[in-house]
Amino acid sequence: MFAYEFMTNAFAAAGIVAVVSGVVGYFLVMRGQTFAGHALSHIGFAGATGAGLIGLAPLWGLLGFTLAAGIVMGALSDRISNRDIAIGIVLSLALGFGLLFLHYYTSFATQATALLFGNVLAVDRGMIATLAVLGAITIAALAAIMRPLIFATLQPELAEAKGVPMRFISTAFLAIVALAVSECAQIVGVLLVFTLMVGPPAAAQRVTTGLWSGLILSAALALAEAWFGIAIAYYTDWPVSFCIAMLSAVGYFVCLSLPQRHLSRAHSST
Amino acid sequence: MTAVVELDHATIKIGGRTVLADASFAIKHGEFIGVLGPNGAGKTTLMRSILGLLPPSAGSLRVFGHTPRCGDRTIGYLPQLRTVLPDLRVRGLDFIGASLHGERWGVPHLSHHDRHMIEQTLAAVGARELAGRPLSQMSGGERQRLLLAQALIGNPKLLLLDEPLISLDARHQEVAIEVVRRVCRERGITVLFSAHELNQLLPAIDRVLYLGNGQAVLGTVDEVVTAPVLSRLYRTEIEVIRAGGHIFVMSHGSDVERADDHVHEHGDHDHGHHH
Repeated sequence: MFAYEFMTNAFAAAGIVAVVSGVVGYFLVMRGQTFAGHALSHIGFAGATGAGLIGLAPLWGLLGFTLAAGIVMGALSDRISNRDIAIGIVLSLALGFGLLFLHYYTSFATQATALLFGNVLAVDRGMIATLAVLGAITIAALAAIMRPLIFATLQPELAEAKGVPMRFISTAFLAIVALAVSECAQIVGVLLVFTLMVGPPAAAQRVTTGLWSGLILSAALALAEAWFGIAIAYYTDWPVSFCIAMLSAVGYFVCLSLPQRHLSRAHSST
Repeated sequence: MTAVVELDHATIKIGGRTVLADASFAIKHGEFIGVLGPNGAGKTTLMRSILGLLPPSAGSLRVFGHTPRCGDRTIGYLPQLRTVLPDLRVRGLDFIGASLHGERWGVPHLSHHDRHMIEQTLAAVGARELAGRPLSQMSGGERQRLLLAQALIGNPKLLLLDEPLISLDARHQEVAIEVVRRVCRERGITVLFSAHELNQLLPAIDRVLYLGNGQAVLGTVDEVVTAPVLSRLYRTEIEVIRAGGHIFVMSHGSDVERADDHVHEHGDHDHGHHH
């Protein structure tokens, strides 16, 4: 299956995106903001279809809309970002706008399925390069704020007392999530970003309680699910996104049913 | 020697509401101060001011002789509002590690020294085994001990404990007070310990700081916990009854502290799973 260029491209693109999603998603799950991530992807749908309307590549519309929405949500963090109802209304509105844009640009409608459910087999070399650059920016930005981000997540009251700039951290983090969502949507589509951004980290957190082990496991799981998903799709001719979604669900429920260790080793390496 | 915390005609306002008006008192080095008062009297606000999060609008507030600033390492803090994500599967070591230099940028890293320090502090509060346990599996009491250990890390000279007894049963409350008292004695740490119930604190505290009605009164239990002083702070007629080593603060025949406790339980759920 590696004889075909579209397959090697798919593996490369999915590999980059899976690692980014697994790492960023780990913090999304830790912060309990998975729904916000979901909303960002829907807002991205409106951006992508809107970009099509004015003749831009969908990725840039996706990126622009999710980034703007992420920053606004972060800036309003106390009032909106953790409120399910407000987020739910905004994400339905965004999907509605996406539909409106599609309505006015009907020739674009064939791409709607690709946007919603992903089309990793259509990725070209240019897209891989773009994903690699975006992925590197995402990871670098996350690494820069990682320490205060964890502190602010685990103990917001204490972090504030120690002088952590809480609003900046939450805004920067949602901007990072927006980047990751935009990349993830290229592989599995806006409706299925959970499969790579929430499934693997949630599964990893069931298995390990260490910070670094959790991060590494989350990225590894996302990578394995993405690659095996593509391989299964190759041999069965099922849609790739379905295979990845299935593996993600299986991975999560298997980890959920594993017996939890009550006493793990305090001295094990992080 | 300069006072650890000194308010000089300080007025502290929050959102237009005056919490403390023209308050003056000085807490000395090594004192264990019980901070008491009705709900909304400003116990949390006072601690936030001491942390430098809320400067007084008039007068002065000094900590170790200086105007407090955010992120002061000489102050250990255990906040009252403790957002604990109920399903957080992060082990104790990483939880505490996150707060260590948590305000710095970059990727977190625990050095050998840090790790040793965390384990030592956990051992000091009798919670060594919590380093490897995820938070989601800790009981309310264990979680509290973990937070206490965290407040003690970095050898603070002043410890602000905001309602550390909430969500603990009576036995664990006694243990918590005992642990704080012992560790702080050994290390010469000054403690502000806010609570709802005076009686449990009686054996541990040196003096009480009673807040209420915009005022603050600092003194020994015998000086402060009296009918005239408390009637002024609660703005209602208060009776103080001493019986069998206990002190009951009564308002119109009902126990003021117990009434407070009841109100509080509603806002504070214990997410801990007891094993």
